[in-house]
Amino acid sequence: MSTLPDGRYIDDAPYDPNVDLSAIDRSDMDAPNWLLVWRKFRRHRLGLLSGIFLFLAYMAIPFAGFFSPYTPNERSADYLYHPPQAIRFWHEGDYIGPFVYPTEAVADLENYRWTYITDETRPMPLQFFCKRTEYNLFGVIPTERHLFCAPEGATIFIFGSDRLGRDVFSRISYGAQLSLTVGLIGITVSFILGIGFGAIAGYFGGWVDWVVNRAIEILRSLPELPLWLALSAAVPSNWGPVSVFFIISIILGLLDWPGLARAVRSKFLSLREEEYVRAAEMMGAKPGRVIRRHLLPNFMSHLIASATLSIPAMILGETALSFLGLGLRAPAVSWGVMLNDAQNLASIEIYPWTAIPMLPIIIVVLAFNFLGDGLRDSLDPYKG
Amino acid sequence: MMFLRYAAYRLLTMVLTLIVVSMLIFIIINLPPGDYLSNQIAELRATGQAEGVAKAEFLRQEYALDRPLWQQYLIWVGVIPGPQGFSGLLQGDFGWSFEFDAPVAEIVGDALWLTVLVNLAAVLFVYLVALPLGVLAAARSATWVDYTTAFIGYLGLATPNFLLALMLFYYGHKYLGLPIGGLMAPEYEGEPMSLGKVQSILVHLIVPTFVIGTSGAAGMMQRLRANMLDELSKPYVETAMAKGLAPSRLLTKYPLRMAFNPFVADIGNLLPAMVSGSVLVSVVLGLQTIGPALLTALKSQDQFLAAFVLMFVALLTLIGTMISDLLLVLLDPRIRYGAREG
Repeated sequence: MSTLPDGRYIDDAPYDPNVDLSAIDRSDMDAPNWLLVWRKFRRHRLGLLSGIFLFLAYMAIPFAGFFSPYTPNERSADYLYHPPQAIRFWHEGDYIGPFVYPTEAVADLENYRWTYITDETRPMPLQFFCKRTEYNLFGVIPTERHLFCAPEGATIFIFGSDRLGRDVFSRISYGAQLSLTVGLIGITVSFILGIGFGAIAGYFGGWVDWVVNRAIEILRSLPELPLWLALSAAVPSNWGPVSVFFIISIILGLLDWPGLARAVRSKFLSLREEEYVRAAEMMGAKPGRVIRRHLLPNFMSHLIASATLSIPAMILGETALSFLGLGLRAPAVSWGVMLNDAQNLASIEIYPWTAIPMLPIIIVVLAFNFLGDGLRDSLDPYKG
Repeated sequence: MMFLRYAAYRLLTMVLTLIVVSMLIFIIINLPPGDYLSNQIAELRATGQAEGVAKAEFLRQEYALDRPLWQQYLIWVGVIPGPQGFSGLLQGDFGWSFEFDAPVAEIVGDALWLTVLVNLAAVLFVYLVALPLGVLAAARSATWVDYTTAFIGYLGLATPNFLLALMLFYYGHKYLGLPIGGLMAPEYEGEPMSLGKVQSILVHLIVPTFVIGTSGAAGMMQRLRANMLDELSKPYVETAMAKGLAPSRLLTKYPLRMAFNPFVADIGNLLPAMVSGSVLVSVVLGLQTIGPALLTALKSQDQFLAAFVLMFVALLTLIGTMISDLLLVLLDPRIRYGAREG
């Protein structure tokens, strides 16, 4: 670079008239949209962490049986309300690997409950890849292998046991299967309804729009829980756990779509005036094609972000319904069903570990919130 | 004048909504096969108590449960005459509760007022907490104040209401001596209003209000903070700062005023969630609101009781939303009457 006598600057590099004018100066700024979104999302540390956590959690669902030492409805009749046991590594100063101390039940005739005495003289090492009660891996392959289990004559209740002597830890990991998927099914239902109605209303306008709009307004102005309660009360009591699970998830989704439909509708109202939509229509595209190929991809990512934010509501909804006894029912295991045991103050005071299932609920709900926030912030990579 | 016309229009839409809602509720309530009495009849038949059957059959006719559904609905509303002539919601007859064997009005009675009271207290709590905290979090953004409130807010959003209720009850009683269960000390139940009763109710309200309000307050705080941050980054704020306006005055004069609109409009979203929460929390804490009545009614298919409670809950939210809409128009002249498109 050199300076001209009048103070202007000039580039010394030789001028090449054949240079491609449309070439991009900074190719990193011209990356495809998903890459930009990913770069921005990567910087949202909490969101990224939550995303990884949720991914792992969902991946672990099929292996719930493998990770838990017991099966969910397996009862250890000698160990009712057993307090949580620690896994130890050092016994009297020597390292001997993971082990537990065996416990023995003693009847406390004063308070009418079992107390457990830990025998700290006999460390009993945990067994790994051991054979115990049979379960189905992936829900289909019968197997007896567990990642770890208690040695003969001892127990391993990491989070204690409940009133029937079932292992709380195992039940939590099995409960994740239902509690985590209930939100996914619910959101699918809500997505289909929301996009469907929102798209129809926004695209066609007129009286269709009016009807859908009124329906949205009415549903949004009603309190959800009482309606959920009423709908789940209508589920026949003779249905099996699987059908109850599906119908409950659908009920949760049925009342969630209005918010989504509103967002879709307002987007459609503005987008349908764009030139490319008119061009597509003039070329003879049917409404269905215009909606699916030209309009929806425009804001699919936003919809996914908002869906991520409404999954927690469904997880909490399932928990509340099951807690009140109108949702999933035993022998199905979900976190809400487990909390049903912690319904009164007495059990929280005497057996605080029966309330442990609330921890996974809080963590998962928080993770979904952070992930959703992160997604929402990074979906517009050109802003901010 | 414009305002009155808008108010009348809003009232009309509310009534229309209420009619649709009543149909919806009636259908949902009648979704389970059979009804309370036909179930009872089947049970009596199975156990061979013939005299009970006759009574139940009589009741079935008395409450028009043997008629087609649409007629039942119209009778329930009070548009067409039932077996006792016109006696439906419009005439102030809320129906008969089979489970409790008493008129619905008698069972819900006081509970209606207590429900309103609990929800009102919770809404008040939300505003009182969310307003200062949200503004503070925005004014001191990216400091420990901001992070602490955000953390508490997130926890409030993520903890299931009912668990929070149980824990607060337990610890509130243990360390603060707050009373457990109910909405007033037992000796005041059924008594006329007195200073002592009011006091007792207020003390009992602390935990429920807190529990019902937390998640709403958390959400509202986040939204208020976001709105405030948007406003605070505008040039006029910079100008005001350059002029040397005191920080507190700077904050309250314009940005707060601007961020306030969505805050009021939000009550439409807040109320349904709040009423949901109050139903759940009432069941857990044993408050004498209509929550527990709803749960028993739904479980035993006591249709008139359940339908009435659902109607009341819906009415509560609709009225609340209407009031917030009217307030919004009064507060912000820029909002066009009648058209409030999202």
